Amino acid sequence: MALEIIELCTNCWACQPLCPSKAIYEAKPHFLIDPDKCNECSGDFEDSQCASICPIEGAILNADGEPMNPPGSLTNIPLQKLAA
Amino acid sequence: MNHLPEHIRQKVFNHPCYSEEAHHYFARMHVAVAPACNIQCNYCNRKYDCANESRPGVVSELHHPVQAVKKVLAVAATIPQMTVLGIAGPGDPLANPERTFETFRMLSEQAPDIKLCVSTNGLSLPEQVEQLSQYNIDHVTITINCVDPDVGAQIYPWIFWKNKRIKGREAAEILIAQQQKGLEMLVAKGILVKVNSVMIPGVNDKHLEEVSKIVKAKGAFLHNVMPLISEAEHGTFYGLTGQRGPTNEELQALQDACEGDMNMMRHCRQCRADAVGLLGEDRGSEFTMDKVEQMEINYPEAMKMRAEVHAAINEELESKRLAKESKVQLVSIQGLQKKETTRPVLMAVATKGGGVINEHFGHAGEFLIYEASSDGVRFIGHRKTTPYCEGDISCGDGESVLDKTLKVLAGCEAVLCSKVGYEPWGPLEAAGIQPNGEHAMEPIEDAVLKVYEEMRVAGKLEAKADEQQKVA
Ligand code: SF4
Ligand code: SF4
Ligand code: SF4
Repeated sequence: MALEIIELCTNCWACQPLCPSKAIYEAKPHFLIDPDKCNECSGDFEDSQCASICPIEGAILNADGEPMNPPGSLTNIPLQKLAA
Repeated sequence: MNHLPEHIRQKVFNHPCYSEEAHHYFARMHVAVAPACNIQCNYCNRKYDCANESRPGVVSELHHPVQAVKKVLAVAATIPQMTVLGIAGPGDPLANPERTFETFRMLSEQAPDIKLCVSTNGLSLPEQVEQLSQYNIDHVTITINCVDPDVGAQIYPWIFWKNKRIKGREAAEILIAQQQKGLEMLVAKGILVKVNSVMIPGVNDKHLEEVSKIVKAKGAFLHNVMPLISEAEHGTFYGLTGQRGPTNEELQALQDACEGDMNMMRHCRQCRADAVGLLGEDRGSEFTMDKVEQMEINYPEAMKMRAEVHAAINEELESKRLAKESKVQLVSIQGLQKKETTRPVLMAVATKGGGVINEHFGHAGEFLIYEASSDGVRFIGHRKTTPYCEGDISCGDGESVLDKTLKVLAGCEAVLCSKVGYEPWGPLEAAGIQPNGEHAMEPIEDAVLKVYEEMRVAGKLEAKADEQQKVA
């Protein structure tokens, strides 16, 4: 089980130093998670560290490919305004 | 500045961000080495730089500490007036302690004549105070928008705290506690603290007076109230939900209300965090990383030249200050004899720096606003505009730009510049703003006082007061 960083990532570096498994690495065009190393922080923390600090909604997906932080969940911006 | 205790005045004397006098002469720069942030502010879109220290919508080129130091040395060797280096993002410098402190460590070693400063949202400040004091960083800016978690909950949607994302009121409560604790710890260490607040009408505008009192009581030496900027195209919560920023008048009223006996920083222009050069005058394009890589810098040599330039400027500042002090005494003696109170008048001034009136009306990208009254002249703030005439190209659009400038100058009764063109003259007069090009190259405060005196002699200082009362 592993999380995934996708192209919405803005390369803000916030997640990388927090990963207990050193699974996150700088890459072009954006940061990536090594799926072999990521264990979703189990045993280390209650919450996935990367998904708990990432400021960009939708940038990190769970193992099912769903956003850990869906649109509006971090900024509180109403969905219809986000779409506009 | 004159009312500050002497040891603080000395400390900030040539810090362009803190001293009203110095910002005409000295320059600061920021480098972007700290990309991560540990909170979210409703006026920030995290695709751009930290909105606490830059204008929203700006993206800085991120530097590795080694690159950043190279850039700083190049700028300092080229612009001797550059005396202060700040780290303000693109995220929160203290959420990136390794990168921030590595930059500071290298600079303290290689360029001991540059002062260091750092700005932060305050969340991780308490745990960094010890390290800050080791690097001999004596200026810290904390952005404090509230001391009440209910207000805070409307400004901060979440923080990252102890390995968890925390939302709502609880988040604001923790952030506020950390900010206040950090402020107290810095003051206890003798580190200068400036507090920035973003004025958000309907959210914290009333509350900021209380914030001002509290941070002042705890020993912050400056409180700088900045206007919220919230354009929809910046994609922030406030921008997209229609939260407006304050008008110039509202901002000034709050700054007046907060002032008390504390020094409010009126000359802050919300500079871009990576700006280079005299405050407000962006020379960043001369120092892009590829240009910097080409430069050969002999810093020890440059440091000698810098020391000479600094000594000359300090001498000039000191003699101006002494001249001003003796003038203040003179004016108050005259004032005693006259015993006449006249109404205060706002005037706009166009200047390129140096403390004199030396900018054309049409070239001014911003105006300095001064208030003249029977008590003397005081600086109120900056108002930005688009230069009325950028040269041939934008002149076609001249009219709407002039309209914008007229709006920016609202409330002023005179505008002092080195020259005013024929075209804007009429519209300015029609708007009740007297154009005045008669005091070119004169010291700003002297010229403002002269114009005020002319108005008094012409009987303009009582007449308008009646009118105002009628309106009120
Ligand atoms: S979920 Fe945890 S282990 Fe996986 S990448 Fe994120 S921080 Fe690392
Ligand atoms: S925290 Fe999010 S946006 Fe920042 S680098 Fe990691 S995945 Fe990208
Ligand atoms: S502290 Fe700065 S970077 Fe972080 S959310 Fe607030 S404005 Fe943005």
